[in-house]
Amino acid sequence: MATTTQLEALTTQVRRDIIRMVHKVNSGHPGGSLGCAEFFVTLYQDIMDRKDGFDMDGLGEDVFFLSNGHISPVFYSVLARSGYFPVEELNTFRLLNSRLQGHPTTHEGLPGIRMASGSLGQGLSVAIGAAQAKKLNGCGHTVYALTGDGELQEGQNWEAIMYAAANNVDNLIATVDLNGQQIDGSTDDVMTLGSVKAKFEAFGWIVLEVEKGNDIESIKAGLTEAKAKANNGKPVVILLKTVMGNGIDFMMHTHAWHGKAPNDEQLAEGLRQNPETLGDY
Amino acid sequence: MKTYENTGSKDTRSGFGAGLTELGKTNENVVALCADLIGSLKMDEFKANHPERFFQAGIAEANMIGMAAGLTIGGKIPFTGTFANFSTGRVYDQIRQSVAYSGKNVKICASHAGLTLGEDGATHQILEDIGLMKMLPGMTVINTCDYNQTKAATIAIADHDGPVYLRFGRPKVANFTPADQKFEIGKALHLTEGSDVTIVATGHLVWEALEAAKTLNDKGITAEVINIHTIKPLDAKAILDSVAKTKCIVTAEEHNHLGGLGESVARVLSQHNPTPQEFVATNDTFGESGTPAQLMEKYGLNANAIVKACEKVIARK
Repeated sequence: MATTTQLEALTTQVRRDIIRMVHKVNSGHPGGSLGCAEFFVTLYQDIMDRKDGFDMDGLGEDVFFLSNGHISPVFYSVLARSGYFPVEELNTFRLLNSRLQGHPTTHEGLPGIRMASGSLGQGLSVAIGAAQAKKLNGCGHTVYALTGDGELQEGQNWEAIMYAAANNVDNLIATVDLNGQQIDGSTDDVMTLGSVKAKFEAFGWIVLEVEKGNDIESIKAGLTEAKAKANNGKPVVILLKTVMGNGIDFMMHTHAWHGKAPNDEQLAEGLRQNPETLGDY
Repeated sequence: MKTYENTGSKDTRSGFGAGLTELGKTNENVVALCADLIGSLKMDEFKANHPERFFQAGIAEANMIGMAAGLTIGGKIPFTGTFANFSTGRVYDQIRQSVAYSGKNVKICASHAGLTLGEDGATHQILEDIGLMKMLPGMTVINTCDYNQTKAATIAIADHDGPVYLRFGRPKVANFTPADQKFEIGKALHLTEGSDVTIVATGHLVWEALEAAKTLNDKGITAEVINIHTIKPLDAKAILDSVAKTKCIVTAEEHNHLGGLGESVARVLSQHNPTPQEFVATNDTFGESGTPAQLMEKYGLNANAIVKACEKVIARK
């Protein structure tokens, strides 16, 4: 078990990884990645029961599916720093012949990735399937999934949400990154989601809310409570209220950095705000 | 010429159901998913035998395809069942990203393909699905011709590691392939020997091609009928060997001529041995309501149409 201080140090390093990766190739999605850094770090370093190494079937361990694949920088950074592949490989993000494609894929065989994502709305369905496979295999471990909030505009999510409740897929802990932003503006401006909590509850899910979604203690508490409530007949969702661009002041509270890379000066300022902790790749 | 006997007309979808039932008994990793069409897809018996391995997805095909992709993670071999229209066009992006690009071992089993769905009309009669599916990298595309072959193919694809699109249909059609014939993916079957014209047919059009060959034989024309049950990967050698002898070819399919078997055959021929070819296929059109026989006549997809196409292509030699 990592201490909160250790997780915070890793989060700072992950932030550096994110903006350095995106800056190098002048493309990618830093905003949502930064907003979920604490979540990924806590999930992979403190919550998930993971085996050494990687195999696709993931039997005898918890598995995770990222549905909003555009936040690949945070996913790649945390996978590398959790031992799935060398951190030096973060240097190849979005480059030709890289295993670190713009959006996560299984196609290039990157350890830690179990499905391609990027075209939105598909991850929850895959996670439900994997959860059903775990039950058939008598594997008592948990399936985790992350979706964006804007992504909930995709109808397939609601097919999946209805299915999971109707079929008691209770070994599934989904998280929605409620940052209130999407490409064209705030989710309220683009197409308001209304009460996500009421919607999930109406569909029959157990809903937990984490108000401070960039606070490691709060995330830990939320995920721990979710684990306690899992395997009781209902799927569990955590509504994680995050700040897009968290940890770099000029990127926070705006959709402007959804899919935009920092320039040299902005990178330097971002790095200055997040001093090196575990060593840059 | 070699002739084939209809041992009793049956629907190809029942062949799928029978194959799935057998797989349920022989392969514990096989699971099945259906989007509210259990009876139409003949999945009742699998469901009754293995309720724990059967997933009723409801009328939610996108989620069904995604769940199937997820079930492979953990070693399951999912067979999804719904109509061909809802198995492909409705869920194309889900198949593309979650199944094909992700390299998942999902078997997409599609009934009621083509015009022979009949009276329900064009909303349900997909004639574009072969094209949609063959364009996906890594996807195997199979269109079986009768009950026995559909049953054999269903069993065979469970042993193939990778995504498969298996296309079959609704109506009762001649059942003429041997019940014990093993299904080999990508291996065309020579049904008749001939030297005047090659007929390459898939799905329901294979029996029509055999009927056409009989008519042609009465006219002194010998036709080499090849059953191309696998459209991708295509058995190019079987086609090239045959046209080396006959010097002309007719392709026959219950599908649009754009994107179908005929175009795959034309690509092979144009690269290796340019050969006169005629297409028995729909001509860039939607279907409509009617009985299967009426529709196949109106849209030129029966033995008569194949005979005419053969005479036309022979004249072009």
